[in-house]
Order: sequence, then C-alpha cells, then structure tokens
Amino acid sequence: MMADAVLSVEDLIVQYDTASGPARAVDRVSFTLGQGERLGLIGESGSGKTTMGTALMRLTRAPGRIVGGRVMLGGTDIMALSQRDLRAVRLRDIAMIPQGAMSSLNPVLRIRVQIEDAIHAHEGRLPKPEMAARIATLLTRVGLDPVVADRFPHELSGGMKQRTVMAIATALSPKVIVADEPTSALDVVVQRQVMQTLGRLQSGLGAAVVLIGHDMGLIAQFADTVGVMYAGRLVEIGPVAQMIAAPRHPYTRLLIDSLPGIDAKRRLTGIPGLPPRLTDMPPGCAFAPRCPLATASCTASIPALQTVASGHRAACHLYPGLPALPPLTAKAAP
Amino acid sequence: MSSELLRYVLRRVIQLVLVIFVAVSVNFLIPRLLPGDPVATSLARLQTAGGGTAIDIEAISRTYSERYGLDQPLFTQYLNYWADLLRLDLGVSFANFPEQVTTMILRALPWSVGLLGAATLFSFVVGSWLGARLAWPGAGRVIRTVVPGMMVLAAVPFYLLAIILVYIFAVELRWFPPAGGVQTTTIMRFDWPTIRDILHHAVLPFAAISLGNIGFWALGMRSQTVSVLGEDYITFAEAKGLSPHRVFFWYGIRNAFLPQITALALSLGAVVSGAILVEVIFNYPGLGTLLYTAIRGQDYYVIQGVVLVLIVTLAVMLFIVDLIYPLLDPRIRR
Repeated sequence: MMADAVLSVEDLIVQYDTASGPARAVDRVSFTLGQGERLGLIGESGSGKTTMGTALMRLTRAPGRIVGGRVMLGGTDIMALSQRDLRAVRLRDIAMIPQGAMSSLNPVLRIRVQIEDAIHAHEGRLPKPEMAARIATLLTRVGLDPVVADRFPHELSGGMKQRTVMAIATALSPKVIVADEPTSALDVVVQRQVMQTLGRLQSGLGAAVVLIGHDMGLIAQFADTVGVMYAGRLVEIGPVAQMIAAPRHPYTRLLIDSLPGIDAKRRLTGIPGLPPRLTDMPPGCAFAPRCPLATASCTASIPALQTVASGHRAACHLYPGLPALPPLTAKAAP
Repeated sequence: MSSELLRYVLRRVIQLVLVIFVAVSVNFLIPRLLPGDPVATSLARLQTAGGGTAIDIEAISRTYSERYGLDQPLFTQYLNYWADLLRLDLGVSFANFPEQVTTMILRALPWSVGLLGAATLFSFVVGSWLGARLAWPGAGRVIRTVVPGMMVLAAVPFYLLAIILVYIFAVELRWFPPAGGVQTTTIMRFDWPTIRDILHHAVLPFAAISLGNIGFWALGMRSQTVSVLGEDYITFAEAKGLSPHRVFFWYGIRNAFLPQITALALSLGAVVSGAILVEVIFNYPGLGTLLYTAIRGQDYYVIQGVVLVLIVTLAVMLFIVDLIYPLLDPRIRR
C-alpha cells in the first residue's frame, strides 16, 4: 500500500442475491489510489464497474449487498461507519458523478435548491448572500453562467446538466471523486469539453479520481493508471502508457485490439464468446473460456493479481513464467 | 416565465367556461329529448293516486306548460333556462311542491361536501403516504402488514363495504347510528353537542368511502415510488449526503406524487358517483340521497339540478387540480 493513499480498497465483494443464486458483481477487488491520482476503470457492460463505484460510497441498494472487504478513505473504514457518519463523509470526502448524470438532477427543484441542499447537509444554514456567492462560484468553475442556478433541469442541455452535476459533486472539495461514465450520453464534442472540465477541477482540487467507463480511448487520455475489470474481478492494473503499449493480460490485449481506428479502415475485431454469467462462474480464471492462451491450470485455480512490472499487476497464470504476453493467435473454433 | 404562467391559467379558465357551457346545454337537452311530457306524466300519476275526481286534465296541463314555459320553442326555452340559471333558479320540485330545487340542493350540499371532501382528502393523503412508505426501503412491519390489506379493501365496492360496516358497527356492536346525518331530535346549532352528533353519524359513511380509497391511493403511490426510487437523482441525492428524511420527501415523494394528482383528477368522478350509493345506504341527507329520491320519484327538475351541480363541481375541481399542477411540476408550465 502506498503511504499517501487517499483511497484503498481491499478485497471488496459485492453480491446480488438473485433467484438463481448469488451473483458476485464485484469479486475481491483491491486497489489503492494516491493523492491526485487519476484511475481509469474499464470493462464491458456487466463487469461490475458501476456496482463497484456505488459500493465505494456504500450506496449499494438491495438486491445488491456488500458482503466483504474494506474501503479505507484516509484513515476511516467506510464499511464501519454509522449511517450518520457515512452521510457526513459522502460529498465532503468522497463524491460521485453518477452514470446517468443527465437524469441525476431532481426535475422539480431549481438548480439552486439542489446545490443548497448539498451544502446545507454538511455545513448547516449559511447566510443568503454567502450561499448565493458560493453557488455562483461553483457554477462558474465548471464553465456555467451563474443564472443557471435559477433554472429547472429540463431547461438545461445535456452538457449543462452534466456540468451542474460536476459543480455539485465538487461543492465541498472532496478528496476522492468517483465519476461513473460521466459522458456516456453526450456527443463527442461536448464529451471532450466535459472531460477537460473534469480534468481542470481535479487538478484544481487536487482530488483523486476514479473514472469508470468502457471507452478505452477516453480513459487512456484522462487516466494515469488503468484498471481492467472482467466478470467482477480486477484482472490487470498499471500505468496507462505501459498498459496500452504492453498489456500483460490477454483480455486487455484483445480489448485494445478491438478499438476501432479512424485512419486505418479495417475489419472490427471483437472478442469471441460472451462474458460468463455471474451466477454460473467457470472454475479458475473467468476469462479462460474465451482466452486463446488458456491452459489446464487456468481452469484449475483463480489467478491472483501479481506484479509483472513496476506498478503493473495482472491476474494471469502466464506469469511469472513468461516475461511478457506472447502474441495471441485466434483460438480455433471448437 | 410569468407571462407563460398567465397564458396557462387563462387557457384553463377558458376550458372551464367551455366545459360548464357544454354541461349545462347537455343537461338542458337530454330531458327534453326524452319522449313524453313530464307535466302530463306527473298529472296522470296524481290522478291515479287521487282516484277518479273529474278534473280538466287538459286545462291543468296547459296551465302548467305555460307556467314552466314548455309551450315555447326549444331555443327560447334554452335561453330561459340560462336566464333562470344565472338567477340560481333551478325550478321547482314536483314531489315537494312548491319547494325550490335550489333550496333543496343548498340544504344537501354541505353534507355531501363535508363527507366527500373530508373522506377523499383524508384517503388521498393517508393512502399516498402509506404507499410511499411501503415502497421506501426500511418500511416497518406495521406498514407492510396493514397496507396490503388496505389494497385488498380497494377492490371491494364502496356500497358493499358500507353494508358490511353497518352490519358490524351499527347492528351488532351498536357503536354508531346506522343512518342519517344527525339525530332527528338534535336542534342544529353551532355548538359542541351538535358537532359531536354530526361527527358520530359521519363515522361509518366516512369509513366506507375512505377504507377502500386508502388502498387505491396506496397502490398507485407505491408503484410510483418504486419507479422514482430507481431514478438516478435519488442515488445522487444520497451521494450528496442528504438526510433520509430530505431524500424521502423532496426527492422521492415530491416526484412520485405528481401522477397521483393526475389520478386524483381522473378519479374524482368515480368518487362522487360511488359515494352517492354510500349516502343512500346511510340515508345521509346529502346530494346522493337527494338525487336517488328524485330519480325514484321522477322529479325532473331536482335530477337536473343535482346533476348540474355535480358536473360543475367536478369541472371546478379539475380546474383547481390543473392550477395546482404547474406549481408542483415546473415542466407543465406552458
């Protein structure tokens, strides 16, 4: 564990109780986040990214359940807090920019009220002019005109709503911001602007960011560190340049290869097969059934994350046997 | 914004006037489209009742037709009808000649408004609240037991419930009087014994209307709350660290309540007509009993008068709901 870690997650397990048995959407995920670090978490739909994001703030709702692990925020274990203390930590120390930022604003309340709500909950009532000035500053900081405060959400564009949500999330200068696909519903131009704003806010506040997404390109541009999730497990984590240039996990390799390029028109390559059902996980490595390099040991035991290079860890049985990932040849169709 | 609101209000006022105009016209036309002559019919009935006294039926009939203006062309009758209406003259009762219909209605109206207004409002507020509590996580055992029972009651028609209540509480237990609005011996005064007597009589009809209605509103509110619970703005509100109370009322109920108000507007008609039977069963001195007696006695002017009052009341209630709605939902203000 890094000495200056602001967030450290240890063996976090989140489970959904379904009719066909428990589904572990997050399965023993561990990572640490240094001050001001930008971590990008990437994975397919259903890989447990969002579940993990909400679990970091203990916002998991039934049928979801956090069944194990610790989330240490500075010196406090979020899992051990009382409801009252938990509410105090939310937004003040760890804030969230939720997945559906477009629908994250209450449609019947003015923006001003929704920002005031957040500040009231943590700092009590402030004098009116002070509150107004504060709200104006927050809105200006995300590139919005302060008059937006008196609007209702339906009077704002998608990008403006997204910025408003960011203004609320950063209202109390949190140490950690969990941004769950903050740009998923925006067009690429607005997407870029919003990401730039997020980057500016992050460096201004010195906050650490967990950026959750499925867009490898977007994440690679923003993050310092990239984590890859597959079927609820963190399979690889490392510095962004190294992850792109020399991924160690076969899944990461295939994920990068399936990125469409704009200059070279080539056939889109996907990853053959489907992720496993969470209620019916294969023994051993979850990716083994789709992996072109799978061997007998892969179905025998679940590989643990192990250091493969400086600051770079991967959960694959190829290591430490091999120095690097061998070239992948498409697995012959059975 | 405010001119937009003004336009909205103006449009609703025009709508209200139109609805009342059409209702009055239809109310005028329908009895006149029916075959038969009301004067002749009632005279014939009088004659059979009174035995074979030789009277000049023709002459009397002509006098009455002249008196009620039934010998005039339809359009003149229509204009006269409006003129009378504007003077609040709804004609004279046949059965209780020469009592004015307006007087009879004014006597019955407070009873109905009191009973129906209180019961509807009570069941709407209580039902909505219980439904919301039932849907919200952490509902107590009492709510989880009682409310579904109420929902079953919602399937039982008002009048059946009324009969059951009369049997249990008036016939068997003798806790409450089985019928009437007030003890026949009570002298109506604005003092405590009178009020207590009125309330004592109102308990059973009130319960008959409310019991079923509470379940109905709880059912609607529960499903609305469940869908609102899944909204991102609830998660975001929790992520802001707001108190559960604040989230429940201002983010949950505040939004889930909107369709309830539409449903209230839509169901007012059903509530009024359903309550008529309850009034009849309890022989409550309200509009329902008045209408029922008038229909049985073919008292045309009374029927017409009561129906008119019911329609206008409904139109005004809808108008009020229409006016309240934009205050609650800013998206409707146009």
